[in-house]
Amino acid sequence: MIVYLMRRIGQSLVAIMVMATLVFLGVYAIGNPVDVLINPEATQSEIAATIARLGLDKPLWQQFLIFVKSALQGDLGNSFVYGRPAVDIILERFPATMELALVALTLSVVIGVPLGVYAGLKPESIGGRSVMAGSILGFSLPNFWQGMLLILIFAVLLGWLPAGGRGETVQVLGMRVSFLTWDGLQHLLLPALNLALFKMSLVIRLARANTREVVTQDYVKFARAKGLSTRRVVLVHVLKNIMIPVVTILGLELGSMVAFAIVTETVFAWPGMGKLLIDSIKLLDRPLIVAYLMLTVLIIVTINLVVDVLYSFLDPRIRLSEVKG
Amino acid sequence: MRKVSTAMAAALVSATMLTPATAQDGELTIGLKSEATSMDPQFHNLSTNTQVLQNVFQALVEQDATQSPMPQLAESWEAIDDTTWRFKLREGVTFHDGGAFTARDVIYSVCRIPMVENSPSSFSIYTQQISDMRAEDPHTLIIETDGANPLLPVESATWAILSAEAMGAEEELTYGPDGSCEGMGEVPQSGAFNDPAIAVGTGPYVLDSFTRGSEMVITRYADYWGDAPDWERVVMRPISSTGPRVAALLAGDVDMIEQPPIQDIPRIEEAGFKIVDSQSNRVIYLAMDQDGEAPGLGGTDGKNPLTDAKVRQAISLAINREAIVERIMGGYATPAAELLPPPMFGTSGRAVDPYDPERAKELLAEAGYPDGFQITLGTPNDRYVNDEQVAQAVAQMLARIGIQTTVDASTASQFFSRRNKQEFPIYMAGWGAASGEMSSPLKSLVATHNPDAGLGVTNAGRYSNEELDSLLGEAMKTIDDEKRSELLQKAEGVALDEWGILPLHYEQTVWALAPGLDYTPRVDQYTLAYAVTKADGEGDAE
Repeated sequence: MIVYLMRRIGQSLVAIMVMATLVFLGVYAIGNPVDVLINPEATQSEIAATIARLGLDKPLWQQFLIFVKSALQGDLGNSFVYGRPAVDIILERFPATMELALVALTLSVVIGVPLGVYAGLKPESIGGRSVMAGSILGFSLPNFWQGMLLILIFAVLLGWLPAGGRGETVQVLGMRVSFLTWDGLQHLLLPALNLALFKMSLVIRLARANTREVVTQDYVKFARAKGLSTRRVVLVHVLKNIMIPVVTILGLELGSMVAFAIVTETVFAWPGMGKLLIDSIKLLDRPLIVAYLMLTVLIIVTINLVVDVLYSFLDPRIRLSEVKG
Repeated sequence: MRKVSTAMAAALVSATMLTPATAQDGELTIGLKSEATSMDPQFHNLSTNTQVLQNVFQALVEQDATQSPMPQLAESWEAIDDTTWRFKLREGVTFHDGGAFTARDVIYSVCRIPMVENSPSSFSIYTQQISDMRAEDPHTLIIETDGANPLLPVESATWAILSAEAMGAEEELTYGPDGSCEGMGEVPQSGAFNDPAIAVGTGPYVLDSFTRGSEMVITRYADYWGDAPDWERVVMRPISSTGPRVAALLAGDVDMIEQPPIQDIPRIEEAGFKIVDSQSNRVIYLAMDQDGEAPGLGGTDGKNPLTDAKVRQAISLAINREAIVERIMGGYATPAAELLPPPMFGTSGRAVDPYDPERAKELLAEAGYPDGFQITLGTPNDRYVNDEQVAQAVAQMLARIGIQTTVDASTASQFFSRRNKQEFPIYMAGWGAASGEMSSPLKSLVATHNPDAGLGVTNAGRYSNEELDSLLGEAMKTIDDEKRSELLQKAEGVALDEWGILPLHYEQTVWALAPGLDYTPRVDQYTLAYAVTKADGEGDAE
């Protein structure tokens, strides 16, 4: 087990290192930040001073070495635009994104699982077919367009919900959250729904496929034969068994939701990390872009690692084959 | 539960009224297209920061809606000689913490500008010429400059005045150039400005809270020296994408937005909102590589046709500026003949080049290119209003006289880097004159490239004319406004007479407001919350 764990951690570290190199080089390739940052009326000496202060006068390999060195000490540099540590600025925005992702996740489970199970139990019914058709829609609608449409319908035409922003927030454990106030909740609903629709479709399809597989299993037939009510069969025997794959997938998807809520946050002016990333790209704030991507990599690699390790606990086959290999 | 149901009922009620919601009594919410990078008014020389922080921090001089310098914290000013200025300061002005405003605060504020750490773009370009500052009495300030600087009063509009007391200055405060002042004490850096005790200005509003990415809230300052603004509380929200910004206005989330996309304006008006617009100080222009060899050219046997004034004139005559303004800019622009819209300072009011493709073809033939040539036109695609479409239209118009033009559009950050590396033989860009006078575009766009002197910094076409340089140099030393204006007009004439740069149009800046609000549109494109007023009655605003 320890050998397996060590190997997985090693692999994760390699992945992070490769990503760090790619991210740094990629960001380096897109334009010169000084051309965007500095006032066009500035003189050459001021431009030169700014370049030197940002460390952009050094050759690429030196800049990279400095980046790696400070990154190893947990410092991803100062933002060019804000003049403060990039990680701090991102972490300020983290609670907003996390809240959005968690609410979206809850929505996709609470709505997706029942619909999926229903479609799985009655695959040929009109209801079941419409659920499946709906899920295709959820998969294929572009997130940006879908968000604008939600705003148009619910905010502009009906006027039920606000078009964007975060609304009233309250402090909980030093973090500002929206879901505890009525105003905040209203602001949260549309962006969360927009983010959830895709995942919801995923959950529906997963739940349906698994339900169809599970209902043919002997233990379900046996439960039926025993004379248990349909309700009990579905709620206990079917639901329990389909939840394992659903939970696994959602665990992984949570990472991507946190990291890539960008489109939703932009459309709904939600003050999370994704919106920060877009703004930073426009301003070529290199340290902030790099720090954001590195944090994202870290989140996803960590989640994958945890899931893999958990799996090896659940399924000894993985553990054994790895050790042999 | 009852609370929830009443709120639901309220939501339903508001849903039934389809007319746009007017601003709540005493509170104004504005949707801005970008957000300030700091609450420190001296941190970042960027219009986004300036326009919101001017509600809180003021300067000696302010620029009115047409960018003429007007007294703000200074009641009057005069040039004693070419290098010495005397400012009479306003009496009875108090900072938000109650402290009185004196010359010491001005000296402190100017001293701090070069001492701001990590500034992405420092305001020190407007203070580096100051060699000495001293107070004759608490409300009279003498400023000496290193060489004559007629722009000093205008530039003083960029010095945000902070309270020396609140910032922790020592009793003895003496000026020294480039951050060598003495008695500054521990200078608070930008991060400290989130503390209301530090962020005190003399403006009509007090900074209440700033939540990055979300909103900035300011409240009315009761003891403000000037006219009290109409709003008790103002909330400014950054909504960077245009679609959501318009939606926020239509949904009644905000009472006012800046720069709605031109194509959405009819819809906004239909929904009962008000549109105000004004010519901006931004000119959109074409610059051409006149530096000998140029990249991205074809069919010219390695020569650069753009060094020939006839070819440049042909290009200008080939462009139908009226059509661009009407069809692509939706009428929200004006065809341009100069680098700054008249009647701003230093403009001559010359006529716009006519649309004459026949004459253009003749000129091309005279220059030795009867069959035209191939060229690449560089443009940003997210910086100016409908920039890429304008460039496409220009390309088609040039194709009609035989110049086969390929448009190379890229995002602003990419475009400016490539432009500065002179990758385009011809490019489209814009220039807004921060000082509101002709010297600004002349210095940056057409003066001979000499970055060490801060001249021709954005002159990537490398246009150069000695006569222009000497006229401009002369103007920059002339304190007398009338004489300076004349010199600037002559200098501009030199560049335009040989088509050294081709102005296309002046952008118009648009704001959309809820009915019941009024805003005097500004040429500098600033959205100033304190200048938004309640309309005096129905229907009298045009």
